[in-house]
Amino acid sequence: MSSLNFASRNQKEILRDPLSLVFGFGLPLVLLFLFSIMQQNMPYELFQIKQLAPGIIVFGFSFLTLFSGMLLGKDRGSSLLMRLFASPLGARDYLIGYLLPMLPIALLQIVVCFIASSFLGLTLDANSIVALIVLLLISVLFISFGLLFGTLFTDKQVGGIFALFVNITAFLSGIWFSLDLIGGTFKTICYLLPFVHAVDAAQSAFSGNHQDIWASLLVVIGYTVVIMGIAIMIFRKRIHS
Amino acid sequence: MIELNGITKAFGERVVVNHLSLKINKGEFFALLGANGAGKTTTIKMMNGLQLPTSGDIKIDGKSIYSNLQDAKQLMNISPQETAIAPNLSVKENLEFIAKIYGCDKKEAATRACEMMKQFSLTDRSKSKAKTLSGGLQRRLSIAMAMISKPQIAFLDEPTLGLDVRARRDLWNILLGLKGQMTIILTTHYLDEVEELADRVGIMNHGKLCALGNTIELKEKYNKRSLEEVFLFVTEEMEVFV
Repeated sequence: MSSLNFASRNQKEILRDPLSLVFGFGLPLVLLFLFSIMQQNMPYELFQIKQLAPGIIVFGFSFLTLFSGMLLGKDRGSSLLMRLFASPLGARDYLIGYLLPMLPIALLQIVVCFIASSFLGLTLDANSIVALIVLLLISVLFISFGLLFGTLFTDKQVGGIFALFVNITAFLSGIWFSLDLIGGTFKTICYLLPFVHAVDAAQSAFSGNHQDIWASLLVVIGYTVVIMGIAIMIFRKRIHS
Repeated sequence: MIELNGITKAFGERVVVNHLSLKINKGEFFALLGANGAGKTTTIKMMNGLQLPTSGDIKIDGKSIYSNLQDAKQLMNISPQETAIAPNLSVKENLEFIAKIYGCDKKEAATRACEMMKQFSLTDRSKSKAKTLSGGLQRRLSIAMAMISKPQIAFLDEPTLGLDVRARRDLWNILLGLKGQMTIILTTHYLDEVEELADRVGIMNHGKLCALGNTIELKEKYNKRSLEEVFLFVTEEMEVFV
């Protein structure tokens, strides 16, 4: 119960910061409309909505990294976390408290982008439900990155790291261009990281290629477990340090 | 009663708290003094379970706090040195949040929040976001958050640091009102504050307790006119009392 109360506080802290929310929800929508307009003027199909929408949603998740990282970093920077460490809250309560409030925000991001994409020609059908579930799982990866950054860095440093992270997410995930266009070492590096797998899994779910989802999704889940595990390990160490 | 039995805290070769033994009575307002780096903050952190001692034990009513730290934490609360509040939550929400994580249900948390706002004169700012309060009011809220769980032991780490004279005096009056209701352990650099509030004083130097008693006893013992003179004398001489 304490973990839910902590989660509720964390959600209020995030949702009451309007500027973050404008970027978190607004930027993916702007990009969605921008690239759709660009597609209309292109002679070839580079930004088809069926490929573009899942990519943009995954890109939008990088703001979950910012939200969770900033919140944890801020709590660590102030004495609030010290107050909480002295309270009866346990390690599990912190994990649930920081993770849980991010999931409704992720869900809202997905739904908003779904609705916007439907106006741009995306057909919402049974595959969209599968895509929604896959995307929610992917969102946990980005929340884990945020918790790791927030555990390691101050809120100000998280802001700087986010600038780097969002670019890595954008350019090494195959959202804006097909990785086959470059190939070679660049493509190999991209496939060593989880971001392109996240986009592949989401695109497969949207396209109804359910058999192709798992290979990509397992990589994402593997990364999530490792990143979250490291974040928890460091956080526990910080509680006792 | 809180008993510290020969607690030592070492970070590698550096001994920060050195075989400290101390008893603090139930309901006592105890001030722990010391220059920067004397070891008082580390002592407080060990007492409220934030750090584990390298050796020694801390008991509350005869029971080691380390036998079940979570249960022990339920009995204590802290107002850290820096104001520790959730900035985007209102005054009432901050209070209810802390009450709930200490196990109160929604109704009880709301009732206690109202009590605390009345006691700390925060009722008229109930709906204000904590970040919009003045420094003095934020500090009041931070201390109210430490009191809302009705702890047996409350730790106040430099509660009036950075406050203006009026805000300090207001806070003193509130703290005087809390005397006897719970054990309060105060750390501060303001010795007038100690003379005004504390039942008993412990002065630490280089990780050891070098003076212990009430302010009158200490002044008599060291033949000094003020607590400040006592403090300067014992911390200079590094005389070890316990």
